[in-house]
Amino acid sequence: MTTGDIDVGNPSHPGVGPAPLARDRVVIRFAGDSGDGMQLTGDRFTSETATFGNDLSTLPNFPAEIRAPAGTLPGVSSFQLHFANYDIVTPGDRPDVLVAMNPAALKANIGDLPPGGILIVNTDEFSKRNLTKIGYEADPLEDGSLETYQVHPVAMATLTRGALEETGLSKKDAERAKNMFALGLLSWMYHRPSEGTERFLREKFAKRPDLAEANILAFRAGHAYGETTESFAVTYEVAPAKLQPGTYRQITGNTALAYGIVAAGQTTGLPVFLGSYPITPASDILHELSKHKAFGVTTFQAEDEISGIGAALGASFGGSLGVTTTSGPGIALKSETIGLAVTLELPLLIVDVQRGGPSTGLPTKTEQADLLQAMFGRNGEAPLPIIAPRSPGDCFDAAVEAARIAVTYRTPVILLSDGALANGSEPWKVPDASALESVDPNFATEPNAPDGSDEFWPYLRDADTLARPWAVPGTAGLEHRIGGLEKADGRGSISYEPDNHDRMVRLRAEKIGGIRVPDAEVDDPSGDADVLVVGWGSTYGPIVAAARRVRGMGHRVATLHLRNLNPFPANLGELLRSYRTVLVPEMNLGQLVMLLRARYLVDAQSYTKVSGLPFKAEELQDVFLGYLDGSHPSSGERGSAPQGVDA
Amino acid sequence: MTDQQTSPALGALVDLGLPGIGGLDGVPLAETPQSAKDFTSDQEVRWCPGCGDYAVLAAVRSFLPTLGIKRENTVFVSGIGCSSRFPYYLNTYGMHSIHGRAPTIATGLAITRPDLSVWVVTGDGDALSIGGNHLIHALRRNVNLKILLFNNRIYGLTKGQYSPTSEQGKVTKSTPMGSIDHPFNPVSMALGAEATFVGRAIDSDRKNLTAVLGAAAAHRGTALVEILQDCPIFNDGSFDVLRKDGKENRIVPLTHGEPIRFGPAGEDGLGSHAVVADGLALKVVDAASVDPERIVVHDAGSHELAFALSRLSDQDLTHTVTGIFRDTSRATYDDAARAQVDQAKAGGAPDLQSLLNGRDTWTVAG
Repeated sequence: MTTGDIDVGNPSHPGVGPAPLARDRVVIRFAGDSGDGMQLTGDRFTSETATFGNDLSTLPNFPAEIRAPAGTLPGVSSFQLHFANYDIVTPGDRPDVLVAMNPAALKANIGDLPPGGILIVNTDEFSKRNLTKIGYEADPLEDGSLETYQVHPVAMATLTRGALEETGLSKKDAERAKNMFALGLLSWMYHRPSEGTERFLREKFAKRPDLAEANILAFRAGHAYGETTESFAVTYEVAPAKLQPGTYRQITGNTALAYGIVAAGQTTGLPVFLGSYPITPASDILHELSKHKAFGVTTFQAEDEISGIGAALGASFGGSLGVTTTSGPGIALKSETIGLAVTLELPLLIVDVQRGGPSTGLPTKTEQADLLQAMFGRNGEAPLPIIAPRSPGDCFDAAVEAARIAVTYRTPVILLSDGALANGSEPWKVPDASALESVDPNFATEPNAPDGSDEFWPYLRDADTLARPWAVPGTAGLEHRIGGLEKADGRGSISYEPDNHDRMVRLRAEKIGGIRVPDAEVDDPSGDADVLVVGWGSTYGPIVAAARRVRGMGHRVATLHLRNLNPFPANLGELLRSYRTVLVPEMNLGQLVMLLRARYLVDAQSYTKVSGLPFKAEELQDVFLGYLDGSHPSSGERGSAPQGVDA
Repeated sequence: MTDQQTSPALGALVDLGLPGIGGLDGVPLAETPQSAKDFTSDQEVRWCPGCGDYAVLAAVRSFLPTLGIKRENTVFVSGIGCSSRFPYYLNTYGMHSIHGRAPTIATGLAITRPDLSVWVVTGDGDALSIGGNHLIHALRRNVNLKILLFNNRIYGLTKGQYSPTSEQGKVTKSTPMGSIDHPFNPVSMALGAEATFVGRAIDSDRKNLTAVLGAAAAHRGTALVEILQDCPIFNDGSFDVLRKDGKENRIVPLTHGEPIRFGPAGEDGLGSHAVVADGLALKVVDAASVDPERIVVHDAGSHELAFALSRLSDQDLTHTVTGIFRDTSRATYDDAARAQVDQAKAGGAPDLQSLLNGRDTWTVAG
């Protein structure tokens, strides 16, 4: 067909066509070149889906290079979205629908598309040159290699150009809107509301109304293409999910984390000071917080990672809530200052959005890389609390909780997010801001010497929390000096006395060990499972999804998710010892399992993978099954997941 | 240098007519006069006998009360090294931090607390070697900090290795065949980093040291004061030529607005040596031999002149310029950062719930 056949109508009016087929859940993956706007396309589809009321989970996956060489495999960028009419916890293992904007995107992703899957291909990019570039000897659209899929070849660039003919845009500019054509087509297929996308485009291109209109035209053209061509026989409908009552929005982990920091400023009544140095995948927290100065948030882009945390610590000394945000390599640079914060016993929130390591590693990919670095990566005995959120929305609560612990116990706290949480999104039940628990910074205002003199002892501890007083400069009569040298217990002056050092090392450890954290909870629906799966951080989703699958097959399995990594919940050891098998899946080579084995002397088993991508539910399902019948993971009873339990 | 009333000690200083606010504006004043004793902590001073740090400590203890600000609103932050023990000996707020990082900590403190007078104490190794990056960025940002750089041209606390200001060829524990490192010129470096205030003093010259410290305190922005001092244990006598007979032929004191003359008094009662232009650089000549019009008049507002003065001679102490090289006004980072927050707040108190809700919410009914 030619472009002239397309009726660029208003897609908000449902068109004629076959009645939609109902689906419980769908996984769509948009894949293209880094410059094709796949992240934006995925983000918009997510937003439409959230507005529609589905539960959803997303997985953006992109290279570290801003623009890798066009059309190459390393340059492929993708965005996967899982949406459903029930609550889901992962972005999905395999796509039901793959949108491939070029041959490289096809080659890099086709292996994940199950037989019978829907494949929508932008044929304009399938030139001999582009095919040769990535090693296709024959055109896969013609050689029969794709015949197990439902293939829809669509000349998206040509169609987009045709739709934009009247706008006077150059050929190149017009073709750049082809991602919106793809979005329009998918929006039609899945009956997504489109008003939000059109509004978004008008705002994004507010300064270039011509581009806004062009993108909207391309979006409508894609929609109309689906409606008017007979190439797509069916559309699909995924009904809204039945979520807990409340007000929802879509949110990414980094945004939720930034909001949590803003909220922590409100709950503690402290001005927030962020000292940070740009690093993937944490920079968006700096970007977001820099917009919220009206909440008393000051952001400081430092000359390096060390300066970022140094300035945050200086602000904490002055009575602010000091915060620094980074990723693994940045934590390595900040280690010495974290140690200083440990011994100064000042509140400080340290956010590590983990990525693949070691060294520069995989900047845009996820990994549970830094638990042991957070736990031990400092000279001397330098314990500190560690908290890890389990989902994008949970980043908010984790930040608020980390700040509460930091202020209450006068300690640096490390919050371990990761790349999957940072960029992934989900519907978030918006918390009631007025219900957030307030925290009293309880600044010292009076001398506190035990002998009743007018002296101030900066290391005289609270009997309950072991926290020391926080006396900020400007408080008359409490002038004092603190530093990295060992301090005399109570009085705080420099002390090299042997017994004092032994006592201070133990006191600091005791303070952190005594932080009150909620008991761990086991999810064991049958109540008599033999196998307990323990997770932390972003593996929550795949672990829960896999557990649902195996339970759906009639097996029993218990799960436990750790939010507090230091100190561990007080009941953890007892729980671990009460199961025949403890299994710890991690996206590293077994960091949590090492801590659990050392601490509790349980023979916990480890399952690990470090591919830069989250676990797939199917993969963990197979691992669980291997342990459920007591045999090696490679053997044991298998079954397929019944419809409806996929999470 | 406005608002002299905040700082009685500063009245005698030259008024450059600089616009803006002073370095101590916003810091509350003490209600009663304070003395050096008030600024002395109960800690025993533990520097080696003969260490130049004693002289600086004594000068600072006497100088601080003259600022007239509240003691509790004064903070000293240091790094690591002998001089970095300084905060322990002052009865103010203080932090003895980690090697090279004091400017970063002081930056966060100064941005968030405009009511504090924030001082950094550092040494040549701390500031120029491990902390070099933080120093140059503090200077270019012009955060309202006063940095005292104690330069003894040696690592003392680690027992005698060469430092980034040690002269080439210096034999130390780590350079038995002589140092092959080219040294920094701290004043040139600070000026190159866009510092708005750079001064230099010799530890034993209390009058000049106090004057430079006073001007630094009054300066709104980052002030770097290089203090030349001896390490009697590992670099004894390194500045002796600036203390002994003939020193007047080497030390070139600067006074804003005055011709640069030094040395034994000539027939006109002024120094017998003079600084004149020599192409794009400066040189020292016999004052009597040149037209007085050719003698350079010091202008602390000139970046170019300040730099040329920092290069007057090699760092062999043939000529050592002291006083205030540069004192100019430029918006400070901390004032600007606070202004942005204030501007954002001017629209009224924001609502956290609105922020959390964002623009696209949907409701799931119970």
